[in-house]
Amino acid sequence: MSGKHKTPMLDELEKGPWPSYITEIKKASESSSMPQMANDELGQLEKSFRTKRGYWKHGGIVGVLGYGGGVIGRYSSLPEEFPGVAHFHTVRLNQPSGFFYTSEALKMICDIWDKYGSGMTNVHGSTGDLVLLGTTTEHLETIFAEYSSRGWDLGSSGSAMRTPSCCVGQARCEWSNINSMDICNDLTQHFQDQMHRPSFPYKFKIKVSGCACDCVAAIARADLSIIGTWKGNIQIDQAEVKKYADAGMDIQKEIIEMCPTNCMSYNNGQIKIADAECNRCMHCIAKMTKALKPGKEKGATILVGSKAPIVVGSLLSWVIVPFIKCEAPYDELKEMIEKIIEWWDDNAKPRERIGELIEVKGMRSFLEAIGVDPQPQQVYEPRKDPFFFWAESDLEKK
Amino acid sequence: MALPKRQTDIGPPHYEKFLPPVIKKNYGKWKYHEVLTPGTMVHVAESGDKIWTVRAASPRILSTNTIREISNLAEKYCDGYLRFTTRNNIEFLVSDESKMKPLLDELKAKKYSVGGIGPRISNIIHTQGWVHCHSACTDASAIVKSVMDELHDYFTTKELPNKVRLAVACCVNMCGAVHCSDIAVVAVHRKPPVVNHEMVTKACEIPTTIGSCPTSAIRPNPKDKTITINEERCMYCGNCFTVCPPIDIHNPEEDGVAIVVGGKIGSLRTDPKFSKLAIPFIYNDPPRWPKVVDAIKNILETYAKHAKKHERVGEWIERIGWESFFKLTGIEFTFQHIDDFTFMRDTMRTSAAFKY
Repeated sequence: MSGKHKTPMLDELEKGPWPSYITEIKKASESSSMPQMANDELGQLEKSFRTKRGYWKHGGIVGVLGYGGGVIGRYSSLPEEFPGVAHFHTVRLNQPSGFFYTSEALKMICDIWDKYGSGMTNVHGSTGDLVLLGTTTEHLETIFAEYSSRGWDLGSSGSAMRTPSCCVGQARCEWSNINSMDICNDLTQHFQDQMHRPSFPYKFKIKVSGCACDCVAAIARADLSIIGTWKGNIQIDQAEVKKYADAGMDIQKEIIEMCPTNCMSYNNGQIKIADAECNRCMHCIAKMTKALKPGKEKGATILVGSKAPIVVGSLLSWVIVPFIKCEAPYDELKEMIEKIIEWWDDNAKPRERIGELIEVKGMRSFLEAIGVDPQPQQVYEPRKDPFFFWAESDLEKK
Repeated sequence: MALPKRQTDIGPPHYEKFLPPVIKKNYGKWKYHEVLTPGTMVHVAESGDKIWTVRAASPRILSTNTIREISNLAEKYCDGYLRFTTRNNIEFLVSDESKMKPLLDELKAKKYSVGGIGPRISNIIHTQGWVHCHSACTDASAIVKSVMDELHDYFTTKELPNKVRLAVACCVNMCGAVHCSDIAVVAVHRKPPVVNHEMVTKACEIPTTIGSCPTSAIRPNPKDKTITINEERCMYCGNCFTVCPPIDIHNPEEDGVAIVVGGKIGSLRTDPKFSKLAIPFIYNDPPRWPKVVDAIKNILETYAKHAKKHERVGEWIERIGWESFFKLTGIEFTFQHIDDFTFMRDTMRTSAAFKY
């Protein structure tokens, strides 16, 4: 079968005000040098809508010479019916930190993709890469040569250091306590080998957020979450506080009463903060950005272990290092990350994420291996049961 | 034609190449920002310099021609500079205030949805679905499109008590942040997989397949060089299918989606939270999944009506109690809502203080 398919169900999704992905797939067939790819994508998708199941096979092993990742093999299970998507591999291009582009760079990416691919993209994939959807095995080396010669490398896939990602950070946000874009870029460059040649037990994701608002969802979606924070007092501009009140903000109700630690008061038009009680949650700063600023000593909290539910349930990352300085060239941070990965790599079974391994081996084993002392900031509360372990080294402390 | 010379391990291009001059100049020195309209904001630097941002919706699946179109808009109004957000919105970075109105006019004329900033719905994070994933048991993009068509005003104009983060995942692998979203859809199976034993023998590594099962429901069957599944122990996660495709977890008649609520990522006011089960199952209903759309709208509007200003969905529910959430939304409470997998100890009530 070739040419365009009848897609009455998909066409329904071209109606309505929200931009339509079906329209996008149709448009891809207009600019790609291989229009049958997007056409057959639509044909197969219409069939999925009719029969309520997908028709993609597991990824096979495809890639570019010298790399073990960055390309994900994808094949239709109906290659005779939809030959345009018989091979429909994904190419992950490593995004620039903070997802900033110039029109010139994007057009270059599009021109190459129209020549050697379906014309469909994801901007961006869940981990952060600029995802090029749908090409065939024989084009992969050409695609890689075209992009890499212009300064664009592949991202990661498989059991490897996955493409790190970050929030917009100090490029355009007054709250960012760390240079999240630079940390992300620096770590990406530092771990090129671990990204492109999978040698880990499973995937390992790093995400960097500049503050506890966590716009890149580091705490929920990264094995290693780096979240900017501060020490010292929140900086208050009382003149700006007055302007918020004058503009109609109910400071007592919206700020003081919503502070989770009750460390704030508002009297005679002045905000006071008992900073020792503040847990730096970001509520007041986010709502009164002109009046309140984070404290002056900047750094990051390192948390470890978050993942989606497969297999025994989701995890959020656990606080491991409450505060670490994060200034270029980030040596202390890199040493810590390398120790964390080494312990995981030495101990994990295949397909075991670091959060799962910590549960199996115990937090003590992990903390000792990476040289971090137990600290109350790491837990909500101490244990409730009396069944605790003693190491020989503990018993020697008389 | 000779290929250009490939380079390996160069990493991504340095971000500085893509920053507008005003950002380069004021990097790390931003003082504050103001949300001007639901789709525009201005950031002001300590130097007094300003940069304006216009945020527009994207379906995440973009054709090269659409990327060219937004690139052309960026050239016309933003000296070629633009970015994307972590929720896949397009952001035009405008250095010259006089270009804001003509940019907004052209976006309106071209029918872009401008919005998503502040206490409202931003773009929905979602996964590949039937478009491109072997493991999908729904079409994530279609649900996103249908939900956002219905809730469009909550992106472009209407206010909510706080931001509401939506997500759709097309299987329990959850490549999107469904597990920590205000309201989210996750596709689920409800029947144990059907095994093609002949193909298991040919295509699968038996120990890996057994090891993939979190509930130890898979046992070896050495006599026939295959496996057997203890169906009573299976909780339909599909992890075995990922390592051994002849164990087919898909079941078009019994697959569908669940709706979870109350998760969040940031630490503002309350700690990050997992999403919890609200509706255990709705059948797949292409092309527009109307019952899913209605269910999400009901939860959203109940939240909008009852929550206090600045409360996220999960914070509102924790304040009123889950028993009140089910009452206010009219959602039926079922056996599926009681955790009988790993968290029963933490989730059963151990107090006589509760509401009706």
